[in-house]
Amino acid sequence: MKNEIIIAGSCGQGVLLAGVIITQTAIEQNLHTTWFPSYGAEVRGGTANSTTIISNEEIGSPIASNPDVLVVLNELSLNKFMPTAKEDAVIIANSSLISSNIQCNPKTYFVALNDIADLEIKNIKSANMVAIGALLKILEKKHQDKTCVLTLENAFKACRKIFSQKSNLIESNRKALQAGYNFIV
Amino acid sequence: MNKILSKPESLKDVSLSYCPGCGHGIIHRLIAECVDELHLREKTIAVAPVGCAVFAYDYFNFDVTEAPHGRPPAVATGIKRTNPDKFVFTYQGDGDIAAIGMSETIHAANRGENITVIFVNNANYGMTGGQMAPTTLIGQITQTTPFGRDPKRDGYPIKLCELLATLDGTTYLERVSVFNPQNIIKAKKAIKKAFQCQIDEKGFSLIEVISQCPVDWSMSPLEAIRWVEEVFIKSFPLGVIKDKIDEK
Amino acid sequence: MKKLVKGNIALCEGAIAAGLKSYFGYPITPQNEIPAYLSKKMIELKRVFVQAESELAAANMVLGAAVTGVRAMTSSSSPGISLKQEAISYMAGMELPALIVNVQRGGPGLGNISGSQGDYFQSVKGGGHGDYKLIVLAPNCVQEMYEMAYDSFDLAEKYRIPVMILTDGIIGQMMEPVDFNRPEREKLLIPNWALDGCKNRPPRSLKSLLMKDGDLEKHNFALQEKYKTISQNEVKYETFEISDADIIICAFGIAARISKSAVCLARKNGIKVGLFRPLTLFPFPSKEISELSQRFKNFLSVELNHGQMVEDVRLAVNGKANVEFLGKAGGGIVTELEILDKLKNFL
Repeated sequence: MKNEIIIAGSCGQGVLLAGVIITQTAIEQNLHTTWFPSYGAEVRGGTANSTTIISNEEIGSPIASNPDVLVVLNELSLNKFMPTAKEDAVIIANSSLISSNIQCNPKTYFVALNDIADLEIKNIKSANMVAIGALLKILEKKHQDKTCVLTLENAFKACRKIFSQKSNLIESNRKALQAGYNFIV
Repeated sequence: MNKILSKPESLKDVSLSYCPGCGHGIIHRLIAECVDELHLREKTIAVAPVGCAVFAYDYFNFDVTEAPHGRPPAVATGIKRTNPDKFVFTYQGDGDIAAIGMSETIHAANRGENITVIFVNNANYGMTGGQMAPTTLIGQITQTTPFGRDPKRDGYPIKLCELLATLDGTTYLERVSVFNPQNIIKAKKAIKKAFQCQIDEKGFSLIEVISQCPVDWSMSPLEAIRWVEEVFIKSFPLGVIKDKIDEK
Repeated sequence: MKKLVKGNIALCEGAIAAGLKSYFGYPITPQNEIPAYLSKKMIELKRVFVQAESELAAANMVLGAAVTGVRAMTSSSSPGISLKQEAISYMAGMELPALIVNVQRGGPGLGNISGSQGDYFQSVKGGGHGDYKLIVLAPNCVQEMYEMAYDSFDLAEKYRIPVMILTDGIIGQMMEPVDFNRPEREKLLIPNWALDGCKNRPPRSLKSLLMKDGDLEKHNFALQEKYKTISQNEVKYETFEISDADIIICAFGIAARISKSAVCLARKNGIKVGLFRPLTLFPFPSKEISELSQRFKNFLSVELNHGQMVEDVRLAVNGKANVEFLGKAGGGIVTELEILDKLKNFL
């Protein structure tokens, strides 16, 4: 099992953090994992992305030139990364900001991340966590080998670790993960 | 028979390589006397420059390190921050401190590093044969200002003490000279006060010593002394430029 | 459980655990996590952190701390490392132990902030003026950032030599689970050459200026002897799947990681490939590569530059085998597929 996940969006959408949560979730399950961000001047320019690789074997390059999972929170990122994604890649596109008429890989899941975050969590900033919740469910459905599937429970654990210094954020992030997870049926 | 005068313990029993009539030897002795009188020898780590005083570690009888040209204030920062219980001073010339090392000087001063800087200003690069220094006077002839320093081409002499006085980080700045006994006594007092400033943890002090360089000025030692008195210190007035010791 | 941290942070933790006493730095991407992290950590630990006014000053502050025999370091990225070369040359001449970290970015000039391996020559062939070497370590993962930072000080002190960790923006920025498994070093002794005040001993001086007839020549011979000893004792490398290989990839740091994936991919495609990864770039595993070239006839050096380490591979192979190169610079990352293509065309 190996997943190469790119999460991309505009600055402030929390795409780097979303990647960290996924990566930490993989650690909770004793899987091999790496996280690599866009950084420096690149992220001052308005877009940001991070690559998380998860595998049950040792990981070589931390960079994914052909991701099999793409989570895009804005249209700019969709246009940038769509051409690099594998043909059968899982794609989650934030339909709150991306027109669903857009030409996409057939496997694209259009999820109104901002709207869910706004309506259910009352915090539009948690769209990134909604995306992760949705992704966990999609991968759960996709993978045959259930031992490698990242569980929601471990994502909660990851949240508690990553936000250990800001414990007031744990609950809303947990809810956002749950909301995203529940959205995919 | 009583011995009434001897070499300070902080000077090694070797002859100095400085030119006849040079001020460095006097300044070395004043430093050594102050180190002895304040009982600092065994806790001193000094920083020698690149320039005429590059061999200072051969003359001072305490620990001395080399530093790249202009970097003594950075090296001293590294020493003192790591070892605040040690006594740390730099010994630097005009080119070292105010040209290639100006940035290190200003920033160590601005951080208020608790170190002492002894700045020997002889208005030229002595070691390399007498080129224009940042402190070379207007009209002064040097190896690289054969027609005299022209402000239009070469800029103006830098008055480092006055420049550093504007920084909140500096505590004690004084300009002294060693061209006659009265001034030598004043110079020693200033150096000792600057050393005490560090001992009392009052922060950055710098003593600028106007010094004579007869060989590179193409003068006899006597002419050089006269030139310091009649010309040099007219451009670089002696005295306390800043004293905030009581306020820190 | 392992902790998820960035390479740059793991490196800080390694240095701190090793007893780092003083850090001096200056902002430059992609190493900014190092000064930012240490500005908090070092102060909390009552150790020394100074943000210097320049790269030159930072390196010379390290020199100052190092003359007093404590563990000191600075970090930067390529353009900043060029500026530090003055102090690095002095420290090599004065035989001062210290750690210098280069989180490489693209060059030449201001270049860009992407990971790169363009500073190999600068790091292993000298870098500053004069005839000197640094010990150069090349981590390829976040765990090694931690371990090499920790070990670097012992190496530096053992040989009185500056150690450089030559890493890059990718390893510096990436996060991986790390096992912080090294014991905290306490009560480090001040070495008997350090300047700590001449109480109960004759005064000492530390210098690189040796003007007396023959002194500098002798000093240089002594330095070269030291570098020889280091070459005999401290070479580190690892191999992967080389026993039956038709081609051996030589790569260090991030390029070695990508190459390792490429080895697995190639073997799935029926190409027998192995990997030889130097962990020390100086001392370079020349003897080991030379021995391999008796048995193996094809070498491929993979680097994120336009061919630097490949020169040392060729010197080691010395005509006994075919040596080819694959690389990219300026932010381009060699991919497993590109390596696979190269391997296919190789045979």
